[in-house]
Amino acid sequence: MKCKYACGSSDHVIARRQFLGQLAGGAGVAVGGLGVMTRPAVAEKLAREQKRVLVVYMSGGLSQLESWDPKPKTDTGGPFRAIPTSVPGVHISELLPDTAQLMDRLAIIRSIDTHNRDHGKGRYQMTHGRNQMPGASYPHLGAVCAKALEPQNTSELPGHIRVTNGGGGGRSNNAAYLGPKYAAISVGGKPPKNSARHGSLTVEVDELRNSFRRRVNDHFSSRRRTAETDAYTYSYEQALKLMQKRDVFDVSKEPAQDQQRYGKYDFGRHCLLARRLLENGISFVQVSHSNYDTHNENFNFHLEQVGEFDRAFAALITDLDDRGMLDSTLVVVMSEFGRTPKINKYYGRDHWGTAWSVCLGGAKIQPGAAYGKTNKNGTAVIDREVDHGKLFHTYLAAVGLDPTDTFDIGGRPIPLADPSAASIQELLT
Amino acid sequence: MSRDKQEQKQPASGITADPQQTHVVHQWKHGSPLIACCFDPQGRYVFTSAEDATVQRWEIPSGKKVDFVGHDSWVRDIAFLPDGETAITVGSDDKMIFWPTAAEKPAPMKTVEAHKGWIRSISVSPDGTLLATGGNDTLVKLWNAADGKLVRELSGHGSNVYSTFFHPSGKFLLSGDLAGEVQQWDVATGKLLRTLDAKALHSYNGGQQVHYGGVRGISLSPDGKHLACCGLHKATNPLGAVNEPLVLLFDWESGKKIHSQVTSGVKGIGWHVAFLADGSLVCASGGSGGGYLLFFKTDSDKDFHKFKLPDTARDLDLHPDGLQLATVHYDRHVRISRMTPKES
Repeated sequence: MKCKYACGSSDHVIARRQFLGQLAGGAGVAVGGLGVMTRPAVAEKLAREQKRVLVVYMSGGLSQLESWDPKPKTDTGGPFRAIPTSVPGVHISELLPDTAQLMDRLAIIRSIDTHNRDHGKGRYQMTHGRNQMPGASYPHLGAVCAKALEPQNTSELPGHIRVTNGGGGGRSNNAAYLGPKYAAISVGGKPPKNSARHGSLTVEVDELRNSFRRRVNDHFSSRRRTAETDAYTYSYEQALKLMQKRDVFDVSKEPAQDQQRYGKYDFGRHCLLARRLLENGISFVQVSHSNYDTHNENFNFHLEQVGEFDRAFAALITDLDDRGMLDSTLVVVMSEFGRTPKINKYYGRDHWGTAWSVCLGGAKIQPGAAYGKTNKNGTAVIDREVDHGKLFHTYLAAVGLDPTDTFDIGGRPIPLADPSAASIQELLT
Repeated sequence: MSRDKQEQKQPASGITADPQQTHVVHQWKHGSPLIACCFDPQGRYVFTSAEDATVQRWEIPSGKKVDFVGHDSWVRDIAFLPDGETAITVGSDDKMIFWPTAAEKPAPMKTVEAHKGWIRSISVSPDGTLLATGGNDTLVKLWNAADGKLVRELSGHGSNVYSTFFHPSGKFLLSGDLAGEVQQWDVATGKLLRTLDAKALHSYNGGQQVHYGGVRGISLSPDGKHLACCGLHKATNPLGAVNEPLVLLFDWESGKKIHSQVTSGVKGIGWHVAFLADGSLVCASGGSGGGYLLFFKTDSDKDFHKFKLPDTARDLDLHPDGLQLATVHYDRHVRISRMTPKES
């Protein structure tokens, strides 16, 4: 006999513990997230279309002047020149020659004002779509996407993956009320730790013990089913599925030619892993590139960093496009803020949230668009100002979600995004 | 950066430089922060470059300024042919431009697309027949100074080339890179003769994932016995400008490092180094600790004098008279400091 819950969801009672990180002890009790959107038909449609999101996070604050909004030969322009792109009339920094050739598949927003110059607050704004408020906790974009885009109750792999250098399978705590099932799992190019069947167990023995576990669980659940027992059972079943698909996380399985094409740096390897994860149906993948917090020698460091970024990012966009995935995959290149137009005495640029840019593309984003405008030397937005709230709405709308929709959390409708903001309709096809 | 003729600069007046007496005698302001500086061989002018992509000619001592407009980006280094009548500038626009030094309304005489990536340094051979440039394409290139034609490409650096320097014999060229390698080339054949280890001037910060430092300046002592390379060390926070200036002193003959010359209480980068006639050396430092002229002896690891400049320094050159130093600054000034007692 199946129990019925009054709220129809177990999200609100899920234990906040590690998921993959606890595989070692064999006692994973985390996860949950069995809730649904308030409009199941929408969720089913999204599942059919397999929308995905890739965020490339330029940690520390990429300079808009050395990337998407160059101002050459002005008092703020710095030494780099602007180059034409595949979109007539749209120029970006000469540091991005490969990406420039793909701008007809991407878009730029050059009119962001987030009214913030703090790393932590900026990171929260850009990845949560809201200002960070004491006592309030909202889910990360990745958690929202993982929950809203994944096929309900049928996912075999976690939906929210963060690619990091040291990624060992640990789960973060950035899903807020959506539950830890949708929090980010960090991977670094190798299968998560302890995700292989132990060497002392044969396949047969492993199957026997899992079969025994299921029988005992079923017996127990037949009379004492609770949200906790469901979560317990679910965690084991998803861990088993992940063990069967552990190679998905192993970037060394990709062809050597591709590994060379993406470049020898960690970021290239991480972009290739992102491709692999997206191809395997992961809903949300975030790759980071570090570090752009260039208070000193901004130009030398951007030369070094953006050069690394350009090659791997262009390879990734090209591959997503070639595979027909760009139509269903939103790509966003974001930071916590931009950098000051004013060049400081150390050839550096400082924190700046007043007039900066992001690059995005794929899914329903208008290819080749250049939205918004800053003034001649980039010190102010002069056309179609946007903030993090609008951007967050736009990301969700680009993958077919209605940002004004709600999640059913314990019977309460909770908005997917800040209700006070709205999407940038001009950017959406 | 390069200032190849410094080791030959001897005070003609019989007055010797006294670093302890250093004081600013002139300061002239441009409309944009300055980047590089170089005296012409006749000592009539100091040339500077600025963040507005122009070059300035400042007449000494009047300070009369003439702008040279022709580059599309920042000019990183300036040099002159030995007679002083031709100035050559190189920049982040990959261009090498030849100018008439003293023209009333200067215009480029010749422009060469010299590198793919910033040109950070230019040097002129002692006989004035060859130019050497180094850039972000990791190449060093030799050019015919008369017509700007490429003579030879020297490939061997694994990172951006930051500095070049012709040995006064004209037989050797030195080039320093981001990774702290100083390569000595045979000018006649283009063969790499040896690599000096200046890796103390480079660091990789794993947390910030950045390479930092580089051989910012090279100079040779008047007696030819000591080679000095400058830059920075103790880069605990590269992105935050937390580092200290460093001069490495090598024995020219053996190529061995004999001193790591440091100063105390100064944060910044050693942007350029020059030998004075008595064999002591001066390094211009600039960064989060402000601007300084740091003076060292070749037999010591510590500075024997430091002179505080009004603003962070970004480059240095020694006047042909051996008594005056030019420095350029973020506050848009070029300053001429004199190493003699103040005139009453």
